Amino acid sequence: MAELKVTAIKEGTVIDHIPAGKGLKVIEILRLNRPNGGALLLASNVNSKKLGRKDIVKVEGRFLSEEEVNKIALIAPTATVNIVRNYKVSEKFKVEIPDEITGILRCANPNCVSNHEYTVSKFYVVSREPLKVRCHYCERTMEEEDILRNL
Amino acid sequence: MEWKGRDVISIRDFSKEDIEFLLKVAERLEAELNEKGSLDYAKGKILATLFFEPSTRTRLSFESAMHRLGGSVIGFSSASSTSVKKGESLADTIKTVEQYSDVIVIRHSMEGAARLAAEVAEIPVINAGDGSNQHPTQTLLDLYTIKRAFGKIDGLTIGLLGDLKYGRTVHSLAEALAFYNVELYLISPELLRMPKHIIEELQEKGVKVHETSDLEGAIPELDVLYVTRIQRERFPDEQEYLKVKGSYQVNCEVLKNAKETLKVMHPLPRVDEIHPEVDKSKHALYFRQVFSGVPVRMALLGLTLGVL
Ligand SMILES: [Zn+2]
Repeated sequence: MAELKVTAIKEGTVIDHIPAGKGLKVIEILRLNRPNGGALLLASNVNSKKLGRKDIVKVEGRFLSEEEVNKIALIAPTATVNIVRNYKVSEKFKVEIPDEITGILRCANPNCVSNHEYTVSKFYVVSREPLKVRCHYCERTMEEEDILRNL
Repeated sequence: MEWKGRDVISIRDFSKEDIEFLLKVAERLEAELNEKGSLDYAKGKILATLFFEPSTRTRLSFESAMHRLGGSVIGFSSASSTSVKKGESLADTIKTVEQYSDVIVIRHSMEGAARLAAEVAEIPVINAGDGSNQHPTQTLLDLYTIKRAFGKIDGLTIGLLGDLKYGRTVHSLAEALAFYNVELYLISPELLRMPKHIIEELQEKGVKVHETSDLEGAIPELDVLYVTRIQRERFPDEQEYLKVKGSYQVNCEVLKNAKETLKVMHPLPRVDEIHPEVDKSKHALYFRQVFSGVPVRMALLGLTLGVL
């Protein structure tokens, strides 16, 4: 099967090389499915040379910030992000799990001070494969399953 | 590392050099204290002890340390008597109290509370226990006690006994001991074994680790036996607690095959894991361990205040 044709967008962001099946989660984490957001397109199970199967998310009229990109990195480490302006890719970057994850992840420890007082959450990446992070406040480690549940 | 103004939140923040330096300062202060009775390094300085959760022993130890250093103490010993009860945020309490004091000691039931306090405060903050997370001054006084008893930490064989799964004290002690050339016996009921990630961390750092549930088999090998209480409140499940409560009791019979020089330690309070008959034996080190809290906390207060 030929690679699926996805309608081009004029201005916005194309998130490519999302592991197959994770596209919806990307949309959910980035809150792209808000009524006031731009047109949104999800292509699932697309053939990919690199991944076998992949998902693609296109969103019209929105340019993702680096913070948002880092969010994606936690569930879709293979993703590439293309910023499109006037039908052309103006910027392209690979998502990367940063050494520190600030503000996007909630701590899974119900007794962590970050769940009770005003703080900006902060985690240190202890290992990328398998993904493991440590809370700056309570020092507990969270593994992939907990991380995904608390994004 | 610069000590003046430094926060003492987690044993993870310490390097081996930090620990060694601190132990030396504590030793010096203990000698000075023996000679002069009291010191005046912290004259005019005020310590605020904020015990949102009661812990009388730890609070008294800090207060004693500050008084022996010549400073004075203000504070509270339970959250119910403060404006926290009215819904004040921890950050606001800290920002208020720092107007009255030069250093803060905090005890709180929430994990990470001390870290948050340290981020908010301009003055040094010392963690006196945050939930089940850290209690770094306990670990430092444990190391100090071992060092004072043996003149060294390197080369010792140390047994950690009891609740190695939930026991905060033994986790951070084990992590700190990994800086030294020690051999560890982890002695616990099957249900309360040391978490795997801590054992792996110890092994990565070159510590020889033996896991066993056989106390009597391990005893002859040990220089130090560090006993912990199996704490009911740490168990998520009462049934699990009932299965392991009273698993071990250290008494003179158990110590029969120990080295002459074996020292028994315990962070106290104890319930029944060490029989009182051990108190009078040459093995008992736990009351001396309590005393060690004073010079160690004097060193921490003096260094972070920048008066030593
Ligand atoms: Zn946390």
